[in-house]
Amino acid sequence: MNNSNQDVIKSNSQLLQKEMISRNYDRITSGQFKVSSTFVPGNLNELLMCFDIANNLPEINAIQNAMRKKSGDFITEAERSGHSEDVCTYVKADIGMMEKGNIAPNGKPFPDPDMLLLSYTGCFTFLKWFELLREQYKCPTVMLHVPYAADGKVTKNMRDYIVTQLKEEVIPTMEKISGIKFDIDRLREYLRKSAQAENDLVWMLEQSKHKPSPIDCYFGGVYYMGPIFTAFRGTDEAIVYYKLLREEIQQRIDLGLCAQTPEGDMSEEKYRLVVEGPPNWTSFREFWKMFYEMGAVVVASSYTKVGGVYDYDNFRHDPDHPLESLADYCLGVYTNRNLPTRVDMLARNVKEYEADGLLINSIKSCNSFSAGQLVMMREIEKLTGKPGAFIETDLVDPRYFSAANVKNRLESYFQMIDQKRRAGGSATVAV
Amino acid sequence: MSAKPVEKIVDFCQGIFEDITFAKARQWKDAQPGRKVIGYMPVYVPREIIHAAGMLPLGILGGGADMEVIHGDAYYQSYICRIPRSTIELAITGKLDFVDGMMFPSICDVIRNLSGIWQIMFKDKYVRYFDAPQNFKDEIGGVFYSNELRELKEGLEKLGGREITDAQINNSIAVYNENRDWVNRVYDFRAATPWNAPAAEVYLLMRAGMVLPVEEHTQLMKDYLEAAAAEPRPMRDNCRVTLIGTFCEQPPLNLIKSLEMAGCYIVDDDTMLVTRWLLEAVPTDGDPIDNLSKAFLHHSAETAAKYEVNLEEKGSYMLESIRKRGADGVIFAAPSFCDPALLDQPMMVHRLEALGIPYITMQYAENSGQMQPIREQAGTFADSIKLWSSS
Ligand code: SF4
Ligand code: SF4
Repeated sequence: MNNSNQDVIKSNSQLLQKEMISRNYDRITSGQFKVSSTFVPGNLNELLMCFDIANNLPEINAIQNAMRKKSGDFITEAERSGHSEDVCTYVKADIGMMEKGNIAPNGKPFPDPDMLLLSYTGCFTFLKWFELLREQYKCPTVMLHVPYAADGKVTKNMRDYIVTQLKEEVIPTMEKISGIKFDIDRLREYLRKSAQAENDLVWMLEQSKHKPSPIDCYFGGVYYMGPIFTAFRGTDEAIVYYKLLREEIQQRIDLGLCAQTPEGDMSEEKYRLVVEGPPNWTSFREFWKMFYEMGAVVVASSYTKVGGVYDYDNFRHDPDHPLESLADYCLGVYTNRNLPTRVDMLARNVKEYEADGLLINSIKSCNSFSAGQLVMMREIEKLTGKPGAFIETDLVDPRYFSAANVKNRLESYFQMIDQKRRAGGSATVAV
Repeated sequence: MSAKPVEKIVDFCQGIFEDITFAKARQWKDAQPGRKVIGYMPVYVPREIIHAAGMLPLGILGGGADMEVIHGDAYYQSYICRIPRSTIELAITGKLDFVDGMMFPSICDVIRNLSGIWQIMFKDKYVRYFDAPQNFKDEIGGVFYSNELRELKEGLEKLGGREITDAQINNSIAVYNENRDWVNRVYDFRAATPWNAPAAEVYLLMRAGMVLPVEEHTQLMKDYLEAAAAEPRPMRDNCRVTLIGTFCEQPPLNLIKSLEMAGCYIVDDDTMLVTRWLLEAVPTDGDPIDNLSKAFLHHSAETAAKYEVNLEEKGSYMLESIRKRGADGVIFAAPSFCDPALLDQPMMVHRLEALGIPYITMQYAENSGQMQPIREQAGTFADSIKLWSSS
């Protein structure tokens, strides 16, 4: 490490992002805006902006609470009030937070939402989660049913269905709640901005093809995806953020730096991985540290596609087809893709990013990601000839993160990669 | 013929239930060259269209309590319910080799992703993920769903090598209308005199309907009702419960038996909802796709996998079942790790609590063996209901 102390090193783009996030929480809690809750996959931020509705994302709140070590208590609270141990811990962290006063990360209480935008995209749990919240808040709830891209392609029927729901259900509800009439040109303008930021985002994702990779595309990647996945897609701020990020990454490439970590730049890149599945949030830093201490960098991950896939088939929001492009965006998020497509995406990542293999972080909470991962791993091993590895943790439930187990698994995996290298063939060492 | 008719019918059903090679469906297929079998998983597929294609719809409900899962555990983590792993086990051990296609309804992410596993592992089979609308307006969800049904029809036409006409679908709708009618009669009969139609018998009778051709199943139910009515059995001092949460992974037959033995007559349940998903007879003239679509949108059962548009209506299907079947309370029995059942349960519980209707909750896996705790829990529940109703 270039930096030995424990202080977290933050770049300008990170500082800017921090400021953006806290500004969004201030906006949500200000009492001056109507507030909608919605989900990261299928997040219709540009549309909400057309009605000046603030965007509150419960998944992000759960992550924030996990990183502040609060989610464990919230989950216990929800379980005490009758929620099963077996279900998604995001839901329980959210419900527990509600039961314990509903305080936002800025210390102010969350207002009750004015609407629940149930973007039903890529995850069954969303449906129940917002039914549960609706029971509590009794506020207007609008379902946007996004069909599953089960055959790996989007059909006209799927797209038309979403567009009709947008026109007939979602937009009229937003008009009613906000008192603002829908202006499609305003939407076009936001989508134009989205596409601009998305270009820089894709550029960013692709830079980990460099050896050494200037960025970590999983642990670092979740920060880089922050603005576009949350309340900033379609804003000027997102454009500025991704431009700044791009400059920083370019600088790192020019200087030949390894990936940035909370403790400074990695001094050496020994292993390049593709990671499937969400990270663990309760021990995020400890988890990440296990990787960079062993010289492992993540060059591509599926989790950085959970709020939208922009690189695989080059999707961009399209101001010329605004509603259709929102439909295609929703249809294309990672968890709405069928398993053969996920396999293809990850196998391509392993090859194109010259990774040593695929690591799966299987999340107890999440059937949307986890069901089928063992089959995916074997398929990807077959397609790439690179070894895969499997670890198990949870998102925001601290009870399911066993540091010793994870570390053991990782060590064995890296030994396996070393052995493979010694046997010849798959060396991708970049120092 | 020494066996009593009821016993004979139940034995026949039990044989079908225990046979994980699906011999009856294989026989049907082998009886004529070119026949095709389409497997389907819970909770609902329009079997009418498969039937109209001249194919046999075959309900696949996992491997049951007795099948040893050897390979399936290499496919699924321990924190995923059991039905996908035992279903994979059935497939990779060749028990589904005669099945020409599989349908995976949009019930949860496990079944959804299982459709992808099928696409990866069984490339020569027809695989259809069956997406049902969560918007229930004719001009929105209805248009989408009708097109999905047409795509399904076209897929089966291609597989079967022949066109499926509207007349054929209308004919199949009539056949399934009759089947649903008899399913409802069995359920009515059980609710009226549960001692004469034990839950385990009704369960086996419905399970037979997952495998047999629909016409045979309808006849079987007629025979059963006639036999059961002719053979009154002693009434016991049991309470009456609705069983909820069993719509996908199946409870072991022993669990059903244990509940009744412990003093709870099951007067309604949500197993194999496909048999009574559509709540009214579907018209048998006009555009059959349109009719099936409208039936789904406006006259179908509620379950955890279906969005309830109105907050006030949430749980009303359960409450109606309690009212109509005269249940004293509810047993929520959910498969472990089942997102739909377990996430829905707190909302159902709130509805019951508001009305002071008693309930208990329990979890199972299709291969749960230990029934003692369940018997004790159900026994205490039955006693408390009796005490409560006599006070
Ligand atoms: S089940 Fe998975 S995708 Fe769904 S809310 Fe939970 S973590 Fe997110
Ligand atoms: S038992 Fe529940 S979670 Fe498992 S496949 Fe069935 S519906 Fe899905």
